[in-house]
Amino acid sequence: MKHLSKALMIAAVLGLAACTSGDRFGAGSGTDAYGAGAGANAGIVPGSASDPKSPAYFNQTIGDRVLFLVDQSTLTPQAQATLDAQAGWLMTNSDYLAVIEGHADEQGTREYNIALGARRANATMEYLISKGVAPNRLKIISYGKERPVEICSEEACYAKNRRAVTVISMGLGS
Amino acid sequence: MKQVLAQAVALALALVAALGLALPNAAQAQGGPLRIEITEGTIEPMAYAVPAFVAETPGAQQYAEQITQVIADDLTGTGLFREIPREAHISRITSFESPVQFADWKAINALVLLTGAVSEQEGRVTVKFRVWDVFAGTELGDGMQFAATSDGWRRLAHKVADQVYSRLTGESGYFDSRVVFVSESGPKDQRAKRLAIMDYDGANVQYLTDSRSIVLAPRFSPNGERVLYTSYETGEPQVHVLNVGAVQSQIMSAGGGIMSFAPRFSPDGSKVVYSVTSGSNTDIYMRDLASGTTTQLTFTPAIETAPSFSPDGSRIVFESDRSGSQQLYVMPASGGEPTRISFGQGRYGTPVWSPRGDLIAFTKQNQGRFHIGVMRTDGSEERLLTASHLDEGPTWAPNGRVLMFSRETQGASGTSSLYSVDVAGRKLTRVRTPDGASDPSWGPLQ
Repeated sequence: MKHLSKALMIAAVLGLAACTSGDRFGAGSGTDAYGAGAGANAGIVPGSASDPKSPAYFNQTIGDRVLFLVDQSTLTPQAQATLDAQAGWLMTNSDYLAVIEGHADEQGTREYNIALGARRANATMEYLISKGVAPNRLKIISYGKERPVEICSEEACYAKNRRAVTVISMGLGS
Repeated sequence: MKQVLAQAVALALALVAALGLALPNAAQAQGGPLRIEITEGTIEPMAYAVPAFVAETPGAQQYAEQITQVIADDLTGTGLFREIPREAHISRITSFESPVQFADWKAINALVLLTGAVSEQEGRVTVKFRVWDVFAGTELGDGMQFAATSDGWRRLAHKVADQVYSRLTGESGYFDSRVVFVSESGPKDQRAKRLAIMDYDGANVQYLTDSRSIVLAPRFSPNGERVLYTSYETGEPQVHVLNVGAVQSQIMSAGGGIMSFAPRFSPDGSKVVYSVTSGSNTDIYMRDLASGTTTQLTFTPAIETAPSFSPDGSRIVFESDRSGSQQLYVMPASGGEPTRISFGQGRYGTPVWSPRGDLIAFTKQNQGRFHIGVMRTDGSEERLLTASHLDEGPTWAPNGRVLMFSRETQGASGTSSLYSVDVAGRKLTRVRTPDGASDPSWGPLQ
């Protein structure tokens, strides 16, 4: 929960920046936003969740995942805000590639859930592309219901398992 | 293992001498043979007695006892038959050739008596048996014998039980068959999965893959020699084919970044139907294994998956959410306009056509519960056979009278195990496996 609310705040700020920049697909505005922020803040531990260039920042501060409603692959406004921030980060940190993992909760048959996870991952990827991330840096994979993060059989857990997780890694040769 | 099994098969099938003097059609003389109808919803199980098979050689004692037990487990496990406990027996069977004292078996209300003998010589076990209609005082069918190497003794027992089942129901049996499944260990969020194969009753489990990659939903080929399954070995889910005897597998669908899953063989084993995901869209494809030719069979932007052929190979049943929720459809095997067949409440998935051709089994989700059910192939006469937190993935016994499926229990400590249920929904049985188990696929009668 703590991560989520933080991610929301950051995402909201970035959303504003994107609106005012007028340069929707340019990597420049993202760099400025992050660069300025990083320079202005004292006491940033490099590589930590407070270092905007770090994977930890992407995973924890922005939030590496978005959640979905039951049997849905539509991005909620909250999810879009997170993905706006993810897109900004990815455009700034162009050395990184991302695999988007789609997941479903256990309330569904195995095969259907693989296809549903793919829908969620694809909706996430399409959104990032629409925000300017180069398609050749992105890839999707669906795990269906095979890799839950929460294991209770209640909606509180199911809600966290219906997710698309953007897993970043250093790309080659860039 | 392969060698041993092949030997066992050869020996077992080499069988068959008629023993003694069968009395032809004697049971029919009093108005039809002793017969149990297995499609009725509720029946009184048929009472039978099976005294310990007689050990005819010094080394056969243990086999005789074990074989008798497995036969009784097979028969009683169907829910169609009820064993009269040995303590109630009046007669003792001490020789296979001695005349049966029918009055003693009538007195304890045994309708059927099964007698047998086991011998063991130089690592080979031979079992012979007779089935008796107690009240008619006659033999049901001819005496038979089966032989196998000693480590194949369970198969001998299953073969005897299949014969008894067949004579009493008029249907082919299913006990001498194997099931390929996913063996599971570890908690839900770190579950390790590997392919395994076992006898239908959970005995003789052997592992076919390790648990380094997620493996899902193995499917037997019609002759039981190959298994299709989905593996994450390359990173994304892809269809693989495994040769059961050699325990060697290879990837079937090529191409990085393409997710393929939910494979199933055609009834002649020459083709595979499966799903391919591209972007947000999942469609059904068919591959001819000899030529490698691939044909796309569905073309909507919806999720189309879980295809299964009719036993004559002419049609395919599958699930699609083109209507807005998961429902079942039937289309020609060459593709073309499908007909929706499921119209009840809730969502329907994982349809499987019965080997008899008469029914389609499916998984149904309704109001937070999961069910295994069957319907006629036009969707009529839907019957739900089970209900739980999570039942899914039915597979048919080779005679089309019993289904096996996965049941996952609720909560953080939830585990998956295999169950079987007959088509009348009368007898639900847990199949004992060493670890958790899911995604069974029932192979042919051996």
